[in-house]
Amino acid sequence: MTGTPTTPAAIETRQLRKSFGAFVVTDDVDFRLEHGARHALIGPNGAGKTTFVNLVSGALAPTSGTIALNGADVTSLSQAQRVKRGLVRTFQINQLFRKLTVLENVGLAVTERNGLAGNAWRPAGRNRAVLDEAYTLLERVGLAADASRAIADLSYGRQRMTEIAVALGLKPKVLLLDEPAAGVPTGDVGLIIDLIEQLPADIAVLLIEHDMAIVFRVAKRITVLTEGRVLIEGTPAAIAQNPKVREVYLGERKPQ
Amino acid sequence: MTSETPTTSKPNTATRDVAATAAMDAFARTHRLSPLEALPWLAAVAAYFVFPDYLALGSQILATIIFALSVDLLIGYAGIVTLGHAALFGTGAYTAGLLAANGWGDPVSGLLIAALVSALVGCVSGALILRTHGLTLLMQTLVVAALLYEVANKAGYYTGGGDGLQGMEVWPVFGLYRFDMLGKVAYLYCLTVLCVCWLVMRIVVNSAFGRSLMGIRENVARMHAIGTPVERRKLMAYTLSAALAGISGALIAQTTGFVGLGVLSLERSGSILIMLIIGGVGQLYGAFIGVPLYMIAQDRFATIAPVFWYFWIGLFMVFLVLFARGGALGILHRFVRRKEGGA
Amino acid sequence: MSEYVPALISIAFHGLTLAMVLYLISVGLSVTMGLMGFVNLAHGAFAMAGGYVASTLLAHFGLPFAIAILLAVVVVTLVSVVLERLLYRRFYGGVELDQVLLTMGLIFISVGAATYIWGPLPQPMQIPRALQGGIDVLGRILPVYRLFLIICGAIIVTLLWLALERTRFGAQLRAAVDNLRMAETVGINTSRLFASAFALGSGLAALGGALGAEVFALTPGYALEHLVYFLIVVAVGGLGSIRGPFFAALMVGITDTALKYYVPELGAFFIYLLTMAILLRYPRGLMGT
Repeated sequence: MTGTPTTPAAIETRQLRKSFGAFVVTDDVDFRLEHGARHALIGPNGAGKTTFVNLVSGALAPTSGTIALNGADVTSLSQAQRVKRGLVRTFQINQLFRKLTVLENVGLAVTERNGLAGNAWRPAGRNRAVLDEAYTLLERVGLAADASRAIADLSYGRQRMTEIAVALGLKPKVLLLDEPAAGVPTGDVGLIIDLIEQLPADIAVLLIEHDMAIVFRVAKRITVLTEGRVLIEGTPAAIAQNPKVREVYLGERKPQ
Repeated sequence: MTSETPTTSKPNTATRDVAATAAMDAFARTHRLSPLEALPWLAAVAAYFVFPDYLALGSQILATIIFALSVDLLIGYAGIVTLGHAALFGTGAYTAGLLAANGWGDPVSGLLIAALVSALVGCVSGALILRTHGLTLLMQTLVVAALLYEVANKAGYYTGGGDGLQGMEVWPVFGLYRFDMLGKVAYLYCLTVLCVCWLVMRIVVNSAFGRSLMGIRENVARMHAIGTPVERRKLMAYTLSAALAGISGALIAQTTGFVGLGVLSLERSGSILIMLIIGGVGQLYGAFIGVPLYMIAQDRFATIAPVFWYFWIGLFMVFLVLFARGGALGILHRFVRRKEGGA
Repeated sequence: MSEYVPALISIAFHGLTLAMVLYLISVGLSVTMGLMGFVNLAHGAFAMAGGYVASTLLAHFGLPFAIAILLAVVVVTLVSVVLERLLYRRFYGGVELDQVLLTMGLIFISVGAATYIWGPLPQPMQIPRALQGGIDVLGRILPVYRLFLIICGAIIVTLLWLALERTRFGAQLRAAVDNLRMAETVGINTSRLFASAFALGSGLAALGGALGAEVFALTPGYALEHLVYFLIVVAVGGLGSIRGPFFAALMVGITDTALKYYVPELGAFFIYLLTMAILLRYPRGLMGT
């Protein structure tokens, strides 16, 4: 959309479309996520943000259009195959295993990435290297103290952090964060922002978020989605001043 | 609520090792054998000596436990509800039966061939039907079983149709141990096979693969998102479960010397579910409790008043679903926990 | 050429009879599964109960045919409402396994109870003299009762479809199948709607079971024996659909009859194969939402 890029983007969608019957949720979206980007996707409720994440990650099949990862078309690949290529998403609503510990949750992801998860003979507990890696990761994100606690016993903010830790266990090149701070009490939002800011610079991050405080703290670039269409894309400063955006989106924002 | 401060500083290595080891040990312990796990085997050996007159029933129970284990792998671990697992049980039974009726009566190789054929049928049917979900999947499992039932019914020339397969000749085990009238050899044969199958099941459910199955059961969306090839895992589980079901069917065919259409019936698929539920789903040992309870009760009551048997077992199931989800093992767990809590 | 015509008439006729009975029995199942998300394997037990009660009223109390059938439908409907309120309701939208077990349990209870009360042998249904015998249609003698069954079925199906189109209940039902949460927010009392839908479905099943006792013989194993066919009609027709199961029932009825006529050795085999294929292509059924 901006200039003519020479290198393939981390993610590029062309004419991406999803409709349920006559209802078009994603309307011919052209979108580029650059390598190492900190890019936010915003828009009012029902703008189709989560559908977009589902399409890109492969949870939903598009009606038409293509999705390319590093220049390679992945439109027909399964979600698992996309994950193997480094395209990882988190969930808006917690999708963690509540009875398992934080370590086990991350361990599952690491096991899957290592290709050990198909092994039906070796006891899972013997995969020491996996646990070691998972634990190291937990240390890095500040969850080590909670390693042995069940997800259900964690504060919501820490659950959301675990959600990101699980994604990091997959060594993503592209990370789609679907409202990482949704439902997190205000006091804990800082934890999530810190975590996002500390993500390795080479990971391209697409942040879907409602909370403008987070968006303007983290994002270097913002795309506004309304009714399934890209309304505008630009730097945070440009977006904040754009009258159209103020009208359709910022104007609707509830007073915090 | 949250008193933890964000720990962005580098963690202390000393505490790391203690905490990490503790966390990992908790994880690693789960696959170690506990003394309690010897109980079913002690009971099975004791039964051999204490109830010499009931060894025929005993063999049936041991063989059926394998069937229940195979269903548990699907329902309890992979979360695939099936109403047609008799399809694979029956395939094994007919394979072993047809071999023995057509001049190949070696039990052990018969068992292996039955396992292979069932696994193959499971793999092919699974590849087709596991793409569907919920009620459609339930229907598909049911239809596969009904399909095979019809095949066995109509291929009367080979299977004997409704009269059952006649003329099986099962040779001695390893050419040494002839199946005797008292059922001693049959009992020990079944016990040995069960032991092997249990070992396989135990290894599988404690493996990384087993964990990923449980992950799929609990939350498919998450497993997809961490890159699990969900369909392939399910198919692996289905195939393995089919092999176990086939072994169970083959054992029963070989030890009773008869195969009837009942091995493929909906009743067979339903009753194994009940047995498993009575014991407890997804806990490996539910099969060892539910199957004996059901089959001994059936042996006692069904011969006296078969009418009441159906009635009471039905009523029992309704109560089980209403008040005792988790079966006997569930009740046991709750009891133990309450005791610990009280102390 | 001309020799084929009577055969085709025969197949169409008997296929239609089977389809009518199948549809009457199964349509309620489609609603329970589509609306409440409940796998009611025991649905066939209501059909069986309808048949048994009607046949008993006819044989032992000498009631007129129509009265006996109506009374049977009323009795079964009432029993079904009690069961719905006591048992089924707790499991709506719940774990599939629980639903399967609960309804399997109910099937077993129905088998035991029917054997105890009516014995293991098929229970005969006394058909009024006016409906006995046959009439000649293009050189084929067709049983009058089956003709009556087709006409009855057609009337009931028309009434049912009209009712669902025109009445408030029908509108609520269609709205709820379409979008349950939306229906709740516009103030539809879903709990009561569920109970009424369940009652209607069971009543129709009882009617189908009673009228169709000649097609599906009344034996204690009824609910289990015919379960696959009932489920096929619903799954192929489309969960929650009212019309879908009708076409599925037609398909099953005609195919089944034709196969029995031309290639009896294939049995139900082909139907199962067809069902598998359709479900693989259309997992939500032909007319599923």
